[in-house]
Amino acid sequence: MTTTSAEQREFAEYARRWLAENRPPAPPERMPVLPIEVGPGPLCEYLREWQQKCYDAGLVGADLPKEYGGGGHQGFQRIANREMSLAGTPYMVNVVALSMAIPTILVHGSEEQKKRFIPKALRCEEIWCQGFSEPGAGSDLASAQTSAARDGENWVVNGHKVWTSLGHIAQWMILLARTSKDHKYDGLTYFLCPIEGHPGVTVKPLIKMTGDSGFNEVFFENARIPDSLRLDAVGKGWTVAMTTLTYERGAAEGAGGGGGDRGSAIERLVELARASWRNGVRASDDPHTRDAIVQRAIVHEGMMQNMRRSRVPALCDHPMRLPLQMKVTGSEYSQHNARLGMDIAGAHGTLYKLDPAAPDDARWPIEYLDSYGHTIAAGTNEIQRNILGERVLGLPKSK
Amino acid sequence: MSTAPPPRDFGFGEDEQVLRDLAHRFLDEHMPVERLRALVAADPESAYERGERPAWDAGIWKQIGELGWAGLAVPESAGGVGGKMVAIAALVEEVGRHALPSPLVATLCAAFALREARTSFADAWLARIADGAAASLAITDARGSWDPEDCGVTARADGADLVLSGAAHFVQDAFKADFFVVSARGPKGLVLCAVPAGAAGSALEQNHIHDLTRDQATLRCDGVRVARADLISDDGAPTLRRAWPALLVAVAADLCGASEWQLQTTVEYAKQRKQFERQIGFFQAVKHPLVNAMIEIDRARSLLYHAACCIDTGDANAEVAARMAKSAASDAGAFISDRSVQLHGGIGFTWECDVHLFFKRSLHNQTLYGDGAYQRKLLAEQLIGPIGV
Repeated sequence: MTTTSAEQREFAEYARRWLAENRPPAPPERMPVLPIEVGPGPLCEYLREWQQKCYDAGLVGADLPKEYGGGGHQGFQRIANREMSLAGTPYMVNVVALSMAIPTILVHGSEEQKKRFIPKALRCEEIWCQGFSEPGAGSDLASAQTSAARDGENWVVNGHKVWTSLGHIAQWMILLARTSKDHKYDGLTYFLCPIEGHPGVTVKPLIKMTGDSGFNEVFFENARIPDSLRLDAVGKGWTVAMTTLTYERGAAEGAGGGGGDRGSAIERLVELARASWRNGVRASDDPHTRDAIVQRAIVHEGMMQNMRRSRVPALCDHPMRLPLQMKVTGSEYSQHNARLGMDIAGAHGTLYKLDPAAPDDARWPIEYLDSYGHTIAAGTNEIQRNILGERVLGLPKSK
Repeated sequence: MSTAPPPRDFGFGEDEQVLRDLAHRFLDEHMPVERLRALVAADPESAYERGERPAWDAGIWKQIGELGWAGLAVPESAGGVGGKMVAIAALVEEVGRHALPSPLVATLCAAFALREARTSFADAWLARIADGAAASLAITDARGSWDPEDCGVTARADGADLVLSGAAHFVQDAFKADFFVVSARGPKGLVLCAVPAGAAGSALEQNHIHDLTRDQATLRCDGVRVARADLISDDGAPTLRRAWPALLVAVAADLCGASEWQLQTTVEYAKQRKQFERQIGFFQAVKHPLVNAMIEIDRARSLLYHAACCIDTGDANAEVAARMAKSAASDAGAFISDRSVQLHGGIGFTWECDVHLFFKRSLHNQTLYGDGAYQRKLLAEQLIGPIGV
């Protein structure tokens, strides 16, 4: 059970006050659901400035060591994130840095690397992206083929990364590359790789099924990087990547803030049902619709109470049982909500972005189409179920 | 009632943990599954062909009385322990995990109604529960309505006494009860009265049920005389309504415990059983449903503790939370019950395999006090509003 010290309570009050007094102006354009979908342009600049401001106020990097630009506290970041969510302020755009690159560098980096990279990532002076997945290496990440070949003090990188969120606005990438073909897992090495304007690196946007860009392909053609950008030992890349993934999978709350949405998803569904006609009757009077909305409400309350229970060891049979479920339940919850929104809208659920009659500016079909990004990314939900079955229930490994 | 924030740990502190762990050890010792099978399923023809009542161990119930488990639901003012609902929930989970045949859950439910009556007459009956008496609610009509307003018994005034006629249906563990808390329609509305087992004019008519870990009966009343001291509440429907969240929590807890047993037992089987030269748990068609069941069970458990905690803190949200918990627990129970038989394969379909004992107890509890769809129907009225307004 987490204890709240007087210091932490004081910090929560401070954060709440600061956020109330420093609420940013409205974003210059509609914010995507998740920070990893932010593209270049005014919104990106707006979010960069906001992260800097929050960093200067001590709401970003609060628990990181002072020597790397952090606040040097314990248990403050979670409080800051919660206050930002409650305040409904924008999320942190440098989410890959905050929830993956920085924790990984902190564990595996040299003193020099920590001092060089962490402060600039916290201030959002450098944005990070993640170069793990490849066309032939998705759920089976360890089969990555992008290669790094030693050439004196340098490495020469060749290959093709995909689903690279933030790639088109990032300066740096956490890169998993193959340095030996002889061993699957032990043949991988982890690098901190420059992206923007770096010779031999090409970033090409990928268009999602929603019609939006949001992530990228990154091509490496004889891109040279110095050995000083290698993170941890040669051949230890898989171990380092596991550190990153541990943070990624539990880190939905790591970005702090929200998309500026007020009110819960359930309230929005109820509002939509009251305003919609479904097969000729008001949707909020339709027993099937009512049951479906209440089911969503129960799943939502269940997630909140799971979060609460995960911090009460006496009520948890296995320490990872609840934390490892959160990616699956969270992404499927959003998916089912969006789908239900479309169903409730009935014939109006067919209307998309440009149609002025689309309910809620077509957020339901947009969110539904987009939701597959979340059930697939960060380890597909099928892989997550394998992990749950194996690590928590102790079933034999499926591979 | 309280303005303090809800306790982050659901109020589940050291005392509650000690009690739960003690219950776990006690039941592991006294009702391991081999003993359960020997007790209730030694002979397949006993219950289903000859109509005998499922066996139970009155000795264990006596020890449970000494341990004071039913007394947890009895306030200190009435001679009980006045335990937290979250402790009762965790305890009943253990009872469900062992599919214990006993009148404990029925007695707890009767106690919840008695303590909400808030009368000295009710307290006198609560004191008997604290002393080890078993009780059961007799509040359901022939149609199986879970609306506290509906009942199948009428109460006619005769001098200072009431005289009961009619029948209360679906009375849980009726043959183990020392007394019943009966709801009856009186001249001025619904009343609750205590009727001792075997009272003159009363008769129990056994239901033949599929669950082997309890009994169920119709309580027939033909001129049962109720003295003033046994009139527990002349405000019956509101009393039952106040008690309802606790009834739902108790049954949901039993479901959660049974579901966890079904999950772990099926997981163990999937690790042992080999086909195609592999443990069947290797196959995702086996692994993923078990993970899905775990997710559903965990949702139900978290909602269960939340609902129990709401009852403990007097939260106005208690009814919503309890209906959510019962809905989630019923659905999780239905899902893992289905998978537990299916994934055991041929053996899972046999009498000799233990899974059917939990399967049937879960089925019974899924329905009791309203299944998932029924809870959601009532929740929709709270969360969305009445239909047609």
